[in-house]
Amino acid sequence: MSAPAALGVNLHLPLQQFQLDCSFRTQSEVVVLFGPSGAGKTSVLDCIAGFRSPLRGQITLGERILFSSKSGVCLPVRQRRVGYLSQQPALFPHLSVRQNIEYGLLDLPRAERDARVDSMMEHFRIASLASSRPAAISGGEQQRVALARTLVCEPELLLLDEPLSALDLSLKSLLLETLFDWQREHGVPMLYVTHDQQEAYSLSRRVLVMEKGSVVADGEPQQVFSAPASRERAVLSGYENIFDAVVEETHPALGTMTCRVAGTDLMLESPLAHKTEGETASLALRAGDILVATTLPTGISARNILTGQIEVIEDRAGMVELHVLCGKTNFRVHITRGALQNLGLQRGQSVWLIIKTHSIQFLRS
Amino acid sequence: MISPLLLSLKLALVTSTLLLGIGLPLAFWLAFTRFRLRFLVESVVALPIVLPPTVLGFYLLLELGSRGSLGAFWERFTGHTLAFSFEGLVLGSVIYSLPFAVQPFTAALASVDRRLLAASASLGASSWRTFWRITFPLALPGIVTGFALSFAHTLGEFGVVLMLGGNIPGRTQTASIAIYDNVQMLDYATAGRQSLTLLGISFALLVLINALNRKRNWRLQ
Repeated sequence: MSAPAALGVNLHLPLQQFQLDCSFRTQSEVVVLFGPSGAGKTSVLDCIAGFRSPLRGQITLGERILFSSKSGVCLPVRQRRVGYLSQQPALFPHLSVRQNIEYGLLDLPRAERDARVDSMMEHFRIASLASSRPAAISGGEQQRVALARTLVCEPELLLLDEPLSALDLSLKSLLLETLFDWQREHGVPMLYVTHDQQEAYSLSRRVLVMEKGSVVADGEPQQVFSAPASRERAVLSGYENIFDAVVEETHPALGTMTCRVAGTDLMLESPLAHKTEGETASLALRAGDILVATTLPTGISARNILTGQIEVIEDRAGMVELHVLCGKTNFRVHITRGALQNLGLQRGQSVWLIIKTHSIQFLRS
Repeated sequence: MISPLLLSLKLALVTSTLLLGIGLPLAFWLAFTRFRLRFLVESVVALPIVLPPTVLGFYLLLELGSRGSLGAFWERFTGHTLAFSFEGLVLGSVIYSLPFAVQPFTAALASVDRRLLAASASLGASSWRTFWRITFPLALPGIVTGFALSFAHTLGEFGVVLMLGGNIPGRTQTASIAIYDNVQMLDYATAGRQSLTLLGISFALLVLINALNRKRNWRLQ
């Protein structure tokens, strides 16, 4: 295995709406490229992969120069050894699953090629599909084949453009697991584009935030999202409740896990994140995502129903903020004035808080 | 002596095979170039569709005869003129049937999903490999269609052949010319037999192509 290579990107390219002007370096790590749609994330990947050329700039991968406007280097796509996976698996429809996977290895001797394809199919649990055509397998299977086809070539850099956004959650976490295992094993830098903040939290320790073609923030998710430098990001990151917690149990089949709020007995069910049992995590929850009830609700899909006492009622512009103490944990809850009047809530009153599993997000610390 | 029908079939086969070699690179260029004046080239390729065959035949006759530059060049090397020869007919047919091959080729190549071509390149494949392993097989129905159309179109060619080839039995008398000849001589029975044969061959060819393409599309979906 060759030594892990660092990626250096510095590119300038006028686009229709704005100027793509971005510069960053990554080591052999997973980096999330985060931003609203139309921020230029995909254009950055296209420049790195070689599908389009920046007007000026330089892109290096380890010792290799992929692009340099100064020295006039522009390596063709096929020589860059950059794996690219987008939301569309783009499998070759006229080739079988096996032929798709071995496509990048056609220059290898038969025996070696077969061995590598076999082990990759084993790894992704698609060996039974080997002779199927892409049209005959499910979307999740197609994406697994596409991932196997990319990884079997052992790229020196992996570019992922919202590759799993079309898949359901449990399938997604399973694939992410495989992907991260591979990344750790090979130590290859990985750029993962998403516009989903929850994904950004669970994927990586480093997030590059892009807005209108520029990288406007670079750091850990918590730091990047909780220190909003612009109005746009403040809207993106309105989390009033942040708790330290310990992962008690993971339920991959359900796509959830159980977390205990640190120093208390309070258990919360959260979406499955890239964490193992016993690991600590920071949970984030919007005050507006919590429901308040005066009686114990029954027949409800929400998995977290907690009892607590109202400590503070604070009238704010347009809404009311409650502080509710559940055991030793204080929740900030936003409700409307109408709801406050209707329920006749008073300080010191006992209430029930209702929290949907998926309104809980992770901050990576 | 070769019969008019066999001559027509030979001419059609040679022409559509040559058009495969000439038409595919041209169609590839038309499908993928970003050249701004591409529409001009497209217009030139499409010209034989709208041009009366006699007009095309007339210019070709001038160019391929002893006084034409290409004709004189050919005569110096081979000893006979291009006009009134099988080779001349082939050249005329290639030009006359060009759009019938190139247009389906271009449409088929252009309709191959670009994301597949991008995926092929990012998996390390050269342009050559991408073409033969991805683009060509996926465009194959259109390429087969173009081959069949140019074959059938050459089979039914009349005006260009008459202007360029004359009507030399065994050398340039194709089936369509022979039918015309027989009608002129009031031999309706022979003309009828020949017409029915041409009709049958053309129809069978189109049925075969459509059936093949349908089966293939069904398999990919």
